[in-house]
Amino acid sequence: MICKLHKLAQRLKSSLWMLVVPPTVWALHFLFSYVYTAVRCAKSGSVEAIVDIRTGITVATVVALLLVAASGYVAWTQSRIDGDLRPYQDSTDEDRLHFLAAATLLLAGLSFVAILFTAIPAFIFEDCI
Amino acid sequence: MTDHNPDQFSVFKPISRSLLRLIFGPVLALLYGCTGIQSTFSAFGVEAESTRSLTWVMTAAATVITIGVLWLAWYAARTPASQLDYKGGMRVIFWFGALGPTLLLSVLLVFSLSKMRTLPTGTDDLKIAVTGEQFWWRARYLPVGGQSVETANEIRIPVGRTVAFALTSPDVIHSFWIPGLAGKVDMIPGRTNDLVVRATQAGVYRGVCAEFCGLSHAHMAFDVVAMEPAAFEQWLTNMAHPATGGDSPGRKLFESYGCSGCHTIRGHIEGATIGPDLTHFGSRLSVGAGTLPMTLDAISRFIRNPASVKPGVMMPDFREISDKDVAVISNYLVELR
Ligand code: HEC
Ligand SMILES: [Cu+2]
Repeated sequence: MICKLHKLAQRLKSSLWMLVVPPTVWALHFLFSYVYTAVRCAKSGSVEAIVDIRTGITVATVVALLLVAASGYVAWTQSRIDGDLRPYQDSTDEDRLHFLAAATLLLAGLSFVAILFTAIPAFIFEDCI
Repeated sequence: MTDHNPDQFSVFKPISRSLLRLIFGPVLALLYGCTGIQSTFSAFGVEAESTRSLTWVMTAAATVITIGVLWLAWYAARTPASQLDYKGGMRVIFWFGALGPTLLLSVLLVFSLSKMRTLPTGTDDLKIAVTGEQFWWRARYLPVGGQSVETANEIRIPVGRTVAFALTSPDVIHSFWIPGLAGKVDMIPGRTNDLVVRATQAGVYRGVCAEFCGLSHAHMAFDVVAMEPAAFEQWLTNMAHPATGGDSPGRKLFESYGCSGCHTIRGHIEGATIGPDLTHFGSRLSVGAGTLPMTLDAISRFIRNPASVKPGVMMPDFREISDKDVAVISNYLVELR
């Protein structure tokens, strides 16, 4: 099973589309967190809303982190595919793949942390004020 | 180059000394402004205290990070090339460029968020509804189980108790700021903003309007008195009483000059809500929203020509009033305690 997934990850060629997955997930999670909190706070009392908000943000955060981790994993396997030597700066398919994979991996790391930072306030504040 | 030439340095000495004076003069003068009755650094409430500790922790962390970054730059510039291999370089970037900052930021984020939490409130906390109006403050105290009490241009709170302010405005945006007590909160027409505070130290302080609201924005301040709970209860009971004193000549003049069209003096002349409630005016610490001292001269000056004190003020002038009449009215007002 895991072996199969690994094979699949190796076959999913890194591309610009792959590169934009982590920041896009981060942006959507960010948007969801803010909009959902604003709506819940406006619709119910300032203290009652917090349970809903925590549940919603927890679910969104888990989903977002899984997506980001998955794209990070794909990028990581591809950055280890054999090819030319560093630096990856020539206009060959291998260099392009390595470059995109490395950039995707870094963006995934950044997005992972950013998503956590967006979620933390929901677990520290207890009301909408 | 030969030996050190002492003259070389003596040329620079006077320059650097006057430069130091040039820098430290203003810095000291500015630091002097960091204390007193209207300063976040002289905190007398839990909110301002946590803001202050947040400031110190952030400053300390920023100093450490700055020194660290400068050291790294210095180290990188001085280290010969090829000191680190590719792997070693990547490891430095990983620890000092990614993991280190992330951990540090996480700690600071959680610390600062915990400092931003609002104080918990209960149903038996004192509520004070304050509206910012051009260019003064209307305050209505809503004690639990007691009758509501309206007053103006002065906020008194009991030490050690949680107080919930409900802030709004009928005209333009103002901002309610008692620097020693808590952060500022905007007063927005059509909206009520909450501010929860708890004073920790009795004393007399000062608050201001912190959002430009018109010509006399800078003259829109108020006195803040944090009192021991027993003294506060006594004060509030007194504020709930109507004005004493019978048919004084001042009271008649107050009516005949039309002051009663805008000002309420409970027990004497009621119903008007355009201007500040003057029921216990004489017990206030200042005149005209923290702009003049509470003296007979200042009251007379304000009544005769309020715009000379506060440009754009919403009270008409009474320049034609005789010296005698204005003195009688001022005496009457200052007796209202
Ligand atoms: C058109 C309404 C209006 C009339 C009439 C009026 N006032 Fe005022 N008065 C105000 C307003 C508004 C303020 C608040 C001004 C400010 O500080 O920006 C005020 C402020 C004051 C203050 C200062 C209150 C405080 O808390 O410091 C005094 C004292 C005062 N008026 C006395 C008088 C007297 C005496 C008269 C009659 C001779 C009078 N007023 C007539 C509207 C009026
Ligand atoms: Cu104002």
